[in-house]
Amino acid sequence: MKRIIRDRKVRQFHQAKWDEPVIFELHRAGERGVIPPGTEAAVAAEIGSAADRIPASMQRAAAPALPEIGQAKVLRHYLRLSQETLGSDLNVEIGQGTCTMKYIPRINEMLIRNSRMTELHPLQDVDSVQGMLEIFHNLDLAMREISGMDAFSFQPSSGTQALLAMASIVRAYHDSRGEGEQRDEIITTIFSHPSQAATAAVKGYKIITLHPDEDGFPDLEKLKNAVSERTAGFVVANPEDTGIYNHRIREFTDVVHAAGGICYYDQANANGLLGITRAKEAGFDMCFFNLHKTFAAPHMCGGPATGALGVTDALKPFLPGPLVDREADGHYVLKQQGDLSIGKVRSFHGVAQTVLRSYAWILSLGAEGLKDVAQVAVLNNNYLYHKILQIRGASAPYIKGRRLEQVRYSWKQLTDETGVTTEDITRRMCDFGLHYWTSHHPYIVPQPFTLEPTESYSKEDLDEYIHALEHISHEAYTNPEIVKSAPHSSTVHRNDESSLDDPKQWCITWRAYLKKTSPELQTQSQA
Amino acid sequence: MADNRTYAHPYIPNTVPEVRDAMLKEIGLTSMDQLHDAIPDSLKLDREMNIPPAMNEYELRRHIEGLLAKNKHGADYLNFLGAGCWQHFIPAVCDEINQRSEFVTAYAGEPYEDHGRFQALFEYQSLLAELVDMDVVNVPTFDWAQAASTAIRMAGRVTGRKTALMPRSVDPDKAAIIRNYCMPVMDIQYIEIDPATGKIDVDDLRGKLSSDVAAVYFENPGYLGIIEDQGGTISALAHEAGAVSVVGVDPISLGVLEPPARYGADIVCGDLQPLGMHMNYGGGQAGFIATRDEEKFVMEYPSRLFGIVPTEVEGEYGFGDVAYERTSFALREKGKESVGTQTALWGITAGVYLALLGPAGMQEVGSTIIQKSGYAAKRLAEIPGVSLRFEGAFFKEFVVDFNKTGLTVAEINRRLMDEGIFGGKDLSAGYPTWGQCALYCVTEIHTQADLDRLAAALRSIAGTSSNGS
Repeated sequence: MKRIIRDRKVRQFHQAKWDEPVIFELHRAGERGVIPPGTEAAVAAEIGSAADRIPASMQRAAAPALPEIGQAKVLRHYLRLSQETLGSDLNVEIGQGTCTMKYIPRINEMLIRNSRMTELHPLQDVDSVQGMLEIFHNLDLAMREISGMDAFSFQPSSGTQALLAMASIVRAYHDSRGEGEQRDEIITTIFSHPSQAATAAVKGYKIITLHPDEDGFPDLEKLKNAVSERTAGFVVANPEDTGIYNHRIREFTDVVHAAGGICYYDQANANGLLGITRAKEAGFDMCFFNLHKTFAAPHMCGGPATGALGVTDALKPFLPGPLVDREADGHYVLKQQGDLSIGKVRSFHGVAQTVLRSYAWILSLGAEGLKDVAQVAVLNNNYLYHKILQIRGASAPYIKGRRLEQVRYSWKQLTDETGVTTEDITRRMCDFGLHYWTSHHPYIVPQPFTLEPTESYSKEDLDEYIHALEHISHEAYTNPEIVKSAPHSSTVHRNDESSLDDPKQWCITWRAYLKKTSPELQTQSQA
Repeated sequence: MADNRTYAHPYIPNTVPEVRDAMLKEIGLTSMDQLHDAIPDSLKLDREMNIPPAMNEYELRRHIEGLLAKNKHGADYLNFLGAGCWQHFIPAVCDEINQRSEFVTAYAGEPYEDHGRFQALFEYQSLLAELVDMDVVNVPTFDWAQAASTAIRMAGRVTGRKTALMPRSVDPDKAAIIRNYCMPVMDIQYIEIDPATGKIDVDDLRGKLSSDVAAVYFENPGYLGIIEDQGGTISALAHEAGAVSVVGVDPISLGVLEPPARYGADIVCGDLQPLGMHMNYGGGQAGFIATRDEEKFVMEYPSRLFGIVPTEVEGEYGFGDVAYERTSFALREKGKESVGTQTALWGITAGVYLALLGPAGMQEVGSTIIQKSGYAAKRLAEIPGVSLRFEGAFFKEFVVDFNKTGLTVAEINRRLMDEGIFGGKDLSAGYPTWGQCALYCVTEIHTQADLDRLAAALRSIAGTSSNGS
């Protein structure tokens, strides 16, 4: 047997392709997947049937048309779908910039499955959840040290919900000072996550979006022109999604404070900053961290997650409640917030499993290890950056110097010269078992792609990703059709997306699909 | 980086000194400190953080398991807490699927490398659609409270109006979330409830409906467990006033209770946690929203909506985003509300649960909950000094009135804990005019022996009160 040639430029890959039906097609009348606990005969004899206890108008007339499927068939179906999903565990997932797809330690996944975590009810007496509350408290202390803020809430269950909470605090703060009506504008930047602008708009704010200067920095002069007595807040990431660190950030926060606004910091891009620089010294009043990004909780197909929200003492009364507190005798309690609080943004205390995971991750690194994370994340990124700029057709707009933990690149030259677009490359990367992402909208950088290598990948891993991009660049210049028609080794081929924006054709559920495509089946399903 | 490290960190391969140095050299640097040159010294932390030193994997496990051992849970204790997070039977296959590494670590892949994620979420939408009897379901949001908040904001955009009505019996915490989310764009007003039945006071609703009202929001079963059988009337009144009928449901009731779409609901929402999610100290919540397949509703969802499409190869199913241009991903502040990471894995899990239970299982579990909660309520109401706060039908939860025992719920619950029982949620702070009442939750997981044990413990506690009858 010959050994696999490891200097091959790209991996020979084909994703699982099970040709799996939609689950309704697995139906066989009478099959059962599981039998739930039933009612004891003595209880039924005493109480009577359930139907007797439901008002006639509220009794379900027809059973839900769910499929009937044996247990092994259900398991097999979903296992096959999992194999048709490329989790970050399975690939060098440096292609999802802004999302910090780092290694998910297995010990943490094991710990959250402890029944003394999974079977806790959120309203249990605090005496019965002292361990859980200690974990919340200890993570709070670590987060304060990492950020310089004075108190954290783990209630927000994503970055977006943390941003909504922060916009809510901005409003509550100005309302408390009688300036709520007057201060109706929030300022953000175009290279920040769309949720910054969107959540501020949910809270009724007018949005002012600053575009960068020619080097890619947020523009201080534009900020000075934008602030006024109407300014409620300023929200920004630093570095932004370009990986460019705004070294004048303290001047930005000073300008906003002078105008009476609140500065809040989207720390989605914090992975290169741990132990290096903090929100407090940059002049922020609030910040949040995505525990599912920087702090190694998994992304879970898109949640549940946590946006850990930290504030200065001045804003602590506005946090959602309750907050975990440690009393002098070492007893942990849940303290309700007062009248200034925005109330709540999510039920109960947030996603406790994520809190536990991130606490465990911090403990596994320590202060020194956290700084290693920041440094190696930046080292990996600058190595990647250096190599990608050598690929034909690729560039990185704005400053030429080093970046922090990620870079937003451009294939503009490649597209101009070959017709191959960044979306084509998205699909072609699938063929090599790799994930690749372009950018949020709108595309300010033309033909964008955003890579964030984190600290988790080895030099060889980075080289594999670089080789794949080189390979595709070469294909674009020599055989562009193979890129444009990709994917070729994925579970399925290119979607015909023409129906997705047409109300007459879109099918958001199987029953809608049946109704819209088969009049015959429609009649049956209604019968 | 500390140069005195003797081994690479297991999570950070490029802490190997030779590799690190080669990479630094490749980018023209000589030390790790140079990497952060862009950050001014005035902003740099000039000391090591005050965070405990690193633990190895075994030390970490001992430490965390030691902390968790301080927690008492539903296997040590008999649990009757519900109030928005409920202890239900969880099929083993649900855990097997949602612990799959591929699903745990997937995120934002394309419809190609993440075909399975798209299909599993499309199937979740489709399965829940059968349960609620509607044609459109979203990729789930944070929780019921967020789903209700968004449903109300959707109604506001559909109608161009700014007021929403909801019954005073809504969970105060949920009401706080809804208020915060809707303020200042929409105004939330309460509808009174009938003090004897806990149902909506329809006359009060009638008086509060106006051309400003965008939505009438109510729940079935409500927070207090009450089955609201006036849904048809309430929806009809809302529609006459030009408002949208929004109904929140506990989906595990829908094997036996009529789905809201059949009594006039335009938007249905609720929490998926009962469908296969462990309680996780409140980390199992996930909110769903469902509507008819009408453009005016579909275009107001902020959420991802996955649709099924053909691919360029005959005989393949593809999946993609429906009407992506409505989202904040596409339009920032001009999109519908906001979207981002929410609770997708719980959606997939709820789909697995519904596929396992099937129509028979959903009917059985609903019936069992009604019978067992009915049995528990009957046993408790037989205890001298203990009664049910409301007359009429309920599902899973019911309000127990302890006023005549002369004891506070806090005291009763403390003494139940001594007996290894978590009593129902104390309602005395949230509903002060009711005095000492508690919300008890009984599900399919409780046995007759469990319920008899609860009744015996409460009988004993109530019997010790000097004010007890």
